[in-house]
Amino acid sequence: MNFLALFDLSVLDSTVRLAVPLLLACLAGLFSERGGIFDIGLEGKMLAAAFFSAAIAATTGSVWIGLLAGIGASLTLSAIHGVASITFRGNQLISGVAINFLAAGLTVLIAQSWFQQGGRTPSLIGGGRFEPITLPFADALSTVPFLGPLYSELISGHSILVYVALLCVPGTWYILFRTRFGLRLRAVGENPAAVDTAGVSVVGLRFAAVGICGVLCGIAGAYLATGLQAGFVKDMTAGRGFIALAALIFAKWRPWHALWATLLFGYLQAIALRPDIIEGALGFKVQVQLLDAMPYILTVVILAGFVGKAIPPRAGGEPYVKER
Amino acid sequence: MTATHPAIELKGISKAFGPVQANKDISIRVMPGTIHGIIGENGAGKSTLMSILYGFYKADAGEVFISGQKTEIPDSQAAIAAGIGMVFQHFKLVENFTVLENIILGAEDGGFLKPSLAKARKSLVELAAEYELNVDPDARIEEIGVGMQQRVEILKALYRQADILILDEPTGVLTPAEADQLFRILGRLREEGKTIILITHKLREIMDTTDTVSVMRRGEMTATVKTSETSPEQLAELMVGRKVLLRVDKTPAAPGPVVLDIQNLRVVDDQKVERLRGIDLQVRAGEILGIAGVAGNGQSELLEVLGGYADGTGTVTLNGQPIDLTGKYSDGRSRRDNGIAHVPEDRQREGLIMDFAAWENTAFGYHRDPAYTSGMLSNNAAIKTETQAKMDRFDVRPPNLQLAAKNFSGGNQQKIVLAREIERNPDLLLVGQPTRGVDIGAIEFIHQQIVALRDQGKAILLVSVELEEILSLADRVAVMFDGRIMGERLSQDTDEKELGLLMAGVGA
Amino acid sequence: MDVMPKWAEVVLVPLISLLLAAILSALVILAIGEDPVAAVNLMITGALGSTYGWGYTLYYATNFMFTGLAVAVAFHAGLFNIGGEGQAMLGGLGVALVCLFIPWPHWTIAVLAATVGAALFGALWAAIPAYLQAKRGSHIVITTIMFNFIAAAVLNYMLVNILRPAGSMDPATERFPEAVHLPSLHDLLAPFGIAFSKAAPANVSLVIAIIACVLVWVLIWRTPLGLEIRAYGKSHRAASYAGIGAVRITMIAMLISGGLAGMMAINNVMGEAERLVLNAVEGAGFIGIAVALMGRSHPFGVFLAAILFGFLYQGGAELALWTSIPRELIVVIQALVILFTGALDNMVRMPLERLFLAFRRGGTT
Repeated sequence: MNFLALFDLSVLDSTVRLAVPLLLACLAGLFSERGGIFDIGLEGKMLAAAFFSAAIAATTGSVWIGLLAGIGASLTLSAIHGVASITFRGNQLISGVAINFLAAGLTVLIAQSWFQQGGRTPSLIGGGRFEPITLPFADALSTVPFLGPLYSELISGHSILVYVALLCVPGTWYILFRTRFGLRLRAVGENPAAVDTAGVSVVGLRFAAVGICGVLCGIAGAYLATGLQAGFVKDMTAGRGFIALAALIFAKWRPWHALWATLLFGYLQAIALRPDIIEGALGFKVQVQLLDAMPYILTVVILAGFVGKAIPPRAGGEPYVKER
Repeated sequence: MTATHPAIELKGISKAFGPVQANKDISIRVMPGTIHGIIGENGAGKSTLMSILYGFYKADAGEVFISGQKTEIPDSQAAIAAGIGMVFQHFKLVENFTVLENIILGAEDGGFLKPSLAKARKSLVELAAEYELNVDPDARIEEIGVGMQQRVEILKALYRQADILILDEPTGVLTPAEADQLFRILGRLREEGKTIILITHKLREIMDTTDTVSVMRRGEMTATVKTSETSPEQLAELMVGRKVLLRVDKTPAAPGPVVLDIQNLRVVDDQKVERLRGIDLQVRAGEILGIAGVAGNGQSELLEVLGGYADGTGTVTLNGQPIDLTGKYSDGRSRRDNGIAHVPEDRQREGLIMDFAAWENTAFGYHRDPAYTSGMLSNNAAIKTETQAKMDRFDVRPPNLQLAAKNFSGGNQQKIVLAREIERNPDLLLVGQPTRGVDIGAIEFIHQQIVALRDQGKAILLVSVELEEILSLADRVAVMFDGRIMGERLSQDTDEKELGLLMAGVGA
Repeated sequence: MDVMPKWAEVVLVPLISLLLAAILSALVILAIGEDPVAAVNLMITGALGSTYGWGYTLYYATNFMFTGLAVAVAFHAGLFNIGGEGQAMLGGLGVALVCLFIPWPHWTIAVLAATVGAALFGALWAAIPAYLQAKRGSHIVITTIMFNFIAAAVLNYMLVNILRPAGSMDPATERFPEAVHLPSLHDLLAPFGIAFSKAAPANVSLVIAIIACVLVWVLIWRTPLGLEIRAYGKSHRAASYAGIGAVRITMIAMLISGGLAGMMAINNVMGEAERLVLNAVEGAGFIGIAVALMGRSHPFGVFLAAILFGFLYQGGAELALWTSIPRELIVVIQALVILFTGALDNMVRMPLERLFLAFRRGGTT
């Protein structure tokens, strides 16, 4: 048995790449839920963004225009969620479910109508994809023992969106805990009446939260279709939006913890792709279905509170109605 | 200075919520540097009026003048800009924020927190010195008491340079001593030239602290008088529109054997805080034991554990039989089987399902009673027949058993609950805040029903935050403070002053 | 306060929501370059124009009655069960085990046993999220979603590694024995001289689904347990005041919900496919959400909404066959129905309430 093989560099490398969409979606959910709006529509927003980014990138040949289109699509769904749950004080869970189905249906419908390829986009080539970036000195340092390969293979060589996602972690922390907007955002998720009576618009803040959530989901989706893979296929998010929600709970709505939680889930996804490594390391075969189900099982275990109790923002999920 | 102008003048304010007219053509003038009281029963429209002034609601009609200037107040931002601050009945604080963070929220300087916090810390020190408003700026709201939280609310308003301060029922959660301190602070603010509007339904507060007083009744302003030229009796009459009996007609109690015996009862809540710290009480047949105390001192927990929906430790017996406090039979259904009926403190969230029809609410809690079932099914016909009879006996209006509970007035909702609980012929009746939010006419009726049940030889445990109600209704009074019984008195041998001291945890 | 009369609440609000969803769907069809009027005509002829079409419409409707009732029962207890999909998958496993491993003399007994098996497996799959919600406060919406994914893995494992007949490459069980073949509507209606399409899959399960609607109605509105479920769904505090146990109601409501979702399998697995395949449920568990919302969680409403969705499903299949509009159109319509009848309820309700209020004031003054 060789447990170290479980942390093979190639596994860790795909861990980072698989964790990135989860991280972006998780931070998206963090902004929304810190502002008091539950969002189980992360999945749908990512899916819509994945499709539109791939479709526009394929048509224009520019991945950057694709990225903008993805963010636009995600923001549109965010706006629907905002109108339903903020303006009309509807049920946030039901709105999220509707958005997931809307994205699942519309992406295939439009893909079929545009490309006639059975609900997928053409494969992206050249400028239609986010290419890996080689960080300075990556090649030169690759011969340095241990740290060299770590730098050149694990840290260097990802697409720009990976670095954007990682930078979002300290960024989110700073916004949340060091700025006026962050203070107000946290307040509106805890007690919107306090914000309202202090003369700040609850509706405005919550729309801002939902909007940021939309932008981050948009980047996450675009990364899926133009960075991680080369094009859109039907239902390509495959439950990542829900795993991100689980990571958010695991992280107890804190940005740095969100990074660690999504890396853990990313690792689970990465290792599930390599049953050979698991067998080599543990000495026995693990059913592939079990590996596939692992992130979901872990989520349930986390939700069951076996890994500590998570207390969500107090006003989360409840529409704000002025008391009489 | 514009001393000739009133600090605030409202002209012809009207506001309707759906079909309910909460404010009707209300006009009022408040001179600067005075304390102006607004008194009225629950639901008279006081809070609505002040929420309009604070930009929380939009008036359907009417004008607002601040220092003689016509001012539009479309939102709270505008109210703050106009120099109005408001301390709501339910505080509007973020529980897991510090005092400082709560104070700057919405009044920050610039986009970054550091300079805002530093500035607020400095002015907090100044304000504390000026008005005797000391608080720890770094304490979290959830860690400080309600008296302190109220100070934070006042500081919030002062930090925003409010000249006009509105306080909505500020003493509801305070001990008499804390209330006195609050009124000293208000006096201090008046000396500094601030204008204060005090909303309350307590006559004593009005008489003790205000310069002028307006009386509201059913959404209308019935009078504005100088406090020195009126009397509590006159105000009470203006409030309810007729002479009221403040004492309940009842004969002296004839207590029988002990029905409820509580020994060393303790309750620990979800946050592991001990809310009942060893309660010993007895209630006898044919007597009403009143539990007095400021809200939040364990009265609710006492009712919950006796009503079967919170767990506790200790010994409780009913007619000598032990009651299960933690196990399988510690639930509301078992309590009912034991002969304990319960009119809960919050009828809208506990005693009734607001969306259920009156007839379903009549069965609620007793819905598995053989009289209400046939086999596996509910016997809806039987429930409806009985509901109609109860509605007639208790004069519930409208007597429509299909109407959802939410469509009845507070008094009629309470009658539905009371009819359900009293008519089960219980050995012990638990009653929490029986007349909160109930109109005067119904109060008399409800008090009479409770006394009548006592005269049938039943034991009654009454919890109320209204001292007046306790003193007039109960035969014996026990005062709760911080989860303990501070003392017991016969109600004819005590008065508000003595009870007030006990409620503050002083002496025994 | 109730501003609107009951009929407006029950009929007008859902109808307007449905209309809005229909208009938007028409716009979607227009946007992808097809003719909405022709599409609707095609859907009506395809789904309702023949007994063959009706047979499919009612077959789908049967599925949706079960899953719609499942969501509705949970809604009454204030629980949002998104796990109907997984519970129906497991129900299929229950049916397959009952049908494959026990020799049944006649379909009548087999269908009863299969119903029990399906309900048991479905209820079991709902029991874990229910227990975690009741005892540990784990959000049931997320756990039931997770259990959908886990169910897919379980089913995959069972079909690939255990139930697949030797030599078959197809992840599916072998065909059920002839004795458990359920009579179709053709068989059932023939004695009455009604000619019904032989090819359509609607079968005796429809009758069971209708019985389930009636039983759920009795449960919710005519039993003390139903009152407890509704009371708990409206106010947890009031329920505990009345001695209605939170754990008990959460468990019971979710077991019934999961059982109903599982029972769908007697229709699609036993009645139609006559073997268990990987993708047997085909999203019917999710459509149950739209059906329950549309039907206002009332069993009669669920019955009507299930038939409506049966029509949409069959009509959508016809569209996919004859035009370039893919079947996913139905997912879009389903999303719009959930959006308008569920999340945007107030958008429809608020103007209506204002209208009724103005009307009432005009009437009294």
